[in-house]
Amino acid sequence: MSKAEILGNIRRGLGRGEPNSKQRAAAESRLAAKDNNLIPKRAQLPQAEQVQLFKDMAIEAAAEIIELNSISEVPMAASEWLHKASIQELITASSPELKALDWSALGDIQLSERVSQVGDMASITSSFAGIAETGTLMLHSSSDSPTTLNFLPDVHMVVLHASTIVGPYEDAWKQLRTAHNGVMPRTVNMITGPSRSADIEQKLQMGAHGPRTLVILLIND
Amino acid sequence: MQIKSPEFKENARIALKDVGLQKALGNLKAGFPTKRAAAVERMPEFEDLRDQARDLKNHILENLDIYLEQFESKVVENGGHVHWARTSEDACKTILDICQQVGAKTVTKGKSMVSEEVNLNEYLEKNGIEPVETDLGEYILQLREDHPSHIIAPAIHLNLEDVSEAFHKHHNRPKSDDPAVLMQEAREMLRKKFVAADVGITGANFCVAETGSTIIVTNEGNGDLTQTLPKTHIVITSIEKVVPTLEDMTLFQRLLARSATGQEFTVYNTLSTGPRREGDQDGPENFHVVLVDNGRSDMVGTELQDMLRCIRCSACMNHCPVYGAVGGHSYGWVYPGPMGSVLTPQMIGIENAGLLPNASTACGKCESVCPVRIPLPKLMRHWRENEFEKHLSPKSVRYGLAGWGFFAKRPALYRWVSRSSAWFMKKMAGKKGRINKLPLAGGWTDWRDMPAPEGQTFMDQWKQGKR
Amino acid sequence: MSNAAHKPRVGLFVTCLADMFRPTVAFATVRLLEAAGCEVEVPEKQTCCGQPAFNSGDRKTTQDIARMTIEAFDGYEYVVGPSGSCIGMLHYYADLFDDGDPWKARAEDLKSRAFEITSFLVDKLDFDKISAQFDGTITYHDSCSGLRQLGVKQQPRKLLSKVDNLKLEEMEEAETCCGFGGTFCVKYPDISNRMVSNKSEFISASGADTLVGGDLGCLLNMAGKLKREGKTVEARHVVEILAGMLDQPAIGEADADKYALAQQV
Repeated sequence: MSKAEILGNIRRGLGRGEPNSKQRAAAESRLAAKDNNLIPKRAQLPQAEQVQLFKDMAIEAAAEIIELNSISEVPMAASEWLHKASIQELITASSPELKALDWSALGDIQLSERVSQVGDMASITSSFAGIAETGTLMLHSSSDSPTTLNFLPDVHMVVLHASTIVGPYEDAWKQLRTAHNGVMPRTVNMITGPSRSADIEQKLQMGAHGPRTLVILLIND
Repeated sequence: MQIKSPEFKENARIALKDVGLQKALGNLKAGFPTKRAAAVERMPEFEDLRDQARDLKNHILENLDIYLEQFESKVVENGGHVHWARTSEDACKTILDICQQVGAKTVTKGKSMVSEEVNLNEYLEKNGIEPVETDLGEYILQLREDHPSHIIAPAIHLNLEDVSEAFHKHHNRPKSDDPAVLMQEAREMLRKKFVAADVGITGANFCVAETGSTIIVTNEGNGDLTQTLPKTHIVITSIEKVVPTLEDMTLFQRLLARSATGQEFTVYNTLSTGPRREGDQDGPENFHVVLVDNGRSDMVGTELQDMLRCIRCSACMNHCPVYGAVGGHSYGWVYPGPMGSVLTPQMIGIENAGLLPNASTACGKCESVCPVRIPLPKLMRHWRENEFEKHLSPKSVRYGLAGWGFFAKRPALYRWVSRSSAWFMKKMAGKKGRINKLPLAGGWTDWRDMPAPEGQTFMDQWKQGKR
Repeated sequence: MSNAAHKPRVGLFVTCLADMFRPTVAFATVRLLEAAGCEVEVPEKQTCCGQPAFNSGDRKTTQDIARMTIEAFDGYEYVVGPSGSCIGMLHYYADLFDDGDPWKARAEDLKSRAFEITSFLVDKLDFDKISAQFDGTITYHDSCSGLRQLGVKQQPRKLLSKVDNLKLEEMEEAETCCGFGGTFCVKYPDISNRMVSNKSEFISASGADTLVGGDLGCLLNMAGKLKREGKTVEARHVVEILAGMLDQPAIGEADADKYALAQQV
């Protein structure tokens, strides 16, 4: 069968048969240790500078950032933004922090809690962490947060707590493992700015298939 | 995909005269290398990262079987399936089986060079399944019945006019030459396809053994819609893509975008691990990973093993003066440029692809930008040796070399030949100092003059005491 | 660093192109080495470094030439030549032999003693006492093997900066391959032509009146193209300028003036 052939061929090339217990142990210890490789200095700043770096990098990647002092300000901020963009609806994830908010500030904007569909103009989700190194958001699928909310709508609004901003990607992975007891969610998204493509004559255009606009509601807590 | 590598010289000749292509290649040369240089400048640790990445890849290859088994067991533990495909045919058949099992009629595809390698689209179409490319570049190519000419920017050989025409023909919309309008059209057209697809097929930039995850890296988000919306997600990938841990994956992520497009980080880096979890409101119900070999395991333990470090960034071809002159289609198969010149002979045979590793000046630029320090010129030379040993080089080359070698090993005779040639060519050049047409050297004098020798060889003059 | 009394004994690797086309380059190399305090000899049993065979996949012929060359240069403290690609080829000899083959050790030894001329002067001897003059603007082409295999980049520039009156204008894409590539230029002539045509444009755009480089293969290629295009830019090897040996017309230039001069004597 293919598997045996392929593995057999690899082993033949490596000049050995099945790996012995020492070889297996070495690989297993690497898998268990989960050591970091080189982490750039840029990702090792003190927290305050880290948050600033996140903002700088995210803006460079064409994300929009709205800074808020508390999460309770989210509905008002979202409302203002959506009204300015003439968007009448907002699809929300069902994370406890979003559900707990008072959304009356939305006014006439329709709020729905569901999976996203083609035609949705705007969504709002929570996030797991921010990665300062490149202004990257980490989100993941869950019963609270369907992945389609991150991709189908034209506008994706993301609530990010400054306290969850880490320096390097590695810290986010370590936190994710801890948060989920080492069990991965179905999808983990690392998102850096809105969707784009340069496939047409090397000219960069926003909004290929994912959201055209990424709005990060940064809670400075 | 039809193999046109034996016609490399003719392909190149046509490519050099293709005004549209040359304009497109000019864009490439102005873009990617400059951007990569800027990204490297911003990351002081870049060279150290390259060293670590090379070493880690070497470690992985030395333990490839172990990490692949670990990866498989984790995928299965998370509710997914792993299929091992020794050949292209195996891969296609396996994917067709999965599609037929779920009664698939349309399949959306994220960009996957491995799927090009095994000719998946053609196979599915022959069996009544419609594959829809969703990466903008691949989508444009599909409409034009064309093939990628670059491993990350597949439609790089096209100009705005080509895209404009293709969309006008297929979208039933007024013709536009505004890239924003064109992209909006593609966005709308493909949204329907994303939602309607029964199966989504993506590639994988890496396969993480620790978690049984695959990761795709896109700027568009098409891979994400492909891996989330349909009921079944199939990942087609190759055996050398496995990495041990998420931290190991991260090392390569730091190098990939910077080496490829010069971005700090690609917009969407997405990990898929198994099917949807209980309680998830979206996501596929089935998750399959097809591990393709297709000649890779044969490279392990050989001089070509270093090539398996490749992370498919495209830095080599972006910086290659030959690729920059003739474009990707000249190489005649799936993988172009320096990495293509090393892989293609392995996958389709040196007898079909011999011209590719020879079409290089060994300038070394590719190796100098490769994030995992693959010695590409050395590997191309390996193929030239292979070709020579198999007596596959053109007879003119063999005889020419044999003749030259005979003299080069005999200093006295060599002196005589040098002496005569120097004298003769000097005479031919006369007072002009250069020769316009040199018999037997049309390859040279068709395009440039041959500077005249001074007339007397150095060795003769030195012997005569001249200083 | 050698002490003042010791004269390093150098075996000159002439290079087949210098021998046949432009002996001035070899003579200039000798002059520079002697100015730097070296004793220079020219071993008889050298012909070519073997690149044509090596790059065509003929390992056996390459090995034969390698053995001959290794023997020819046995006993010299240093082996120096006016070419990055040729000296680079000498460095590759070690890869031709298997571990355990006595030739491998000898090849490694040769590698440790073999230098391209500008690198030898600057990196090894810390020599920069150039006394030469050049009235004009030059641009420098970084040949691939010298640059990427041997790290030759700053050394020729450092030495050229000591030449009186000389002005250096860097061209765009100075490090891009000129398209020579040994047999490449005749195996793939139209691609090679495209590459050298690009180079010619960059050379012109630099505004220099002389193209300078460290490898004759590249220089013959580029000079040939410049002349075919009717451009007035001249081409010389860097050692010609550093050694002040400018009597010979530039590469591919008519020697009408020299002929006339000879008539006047």
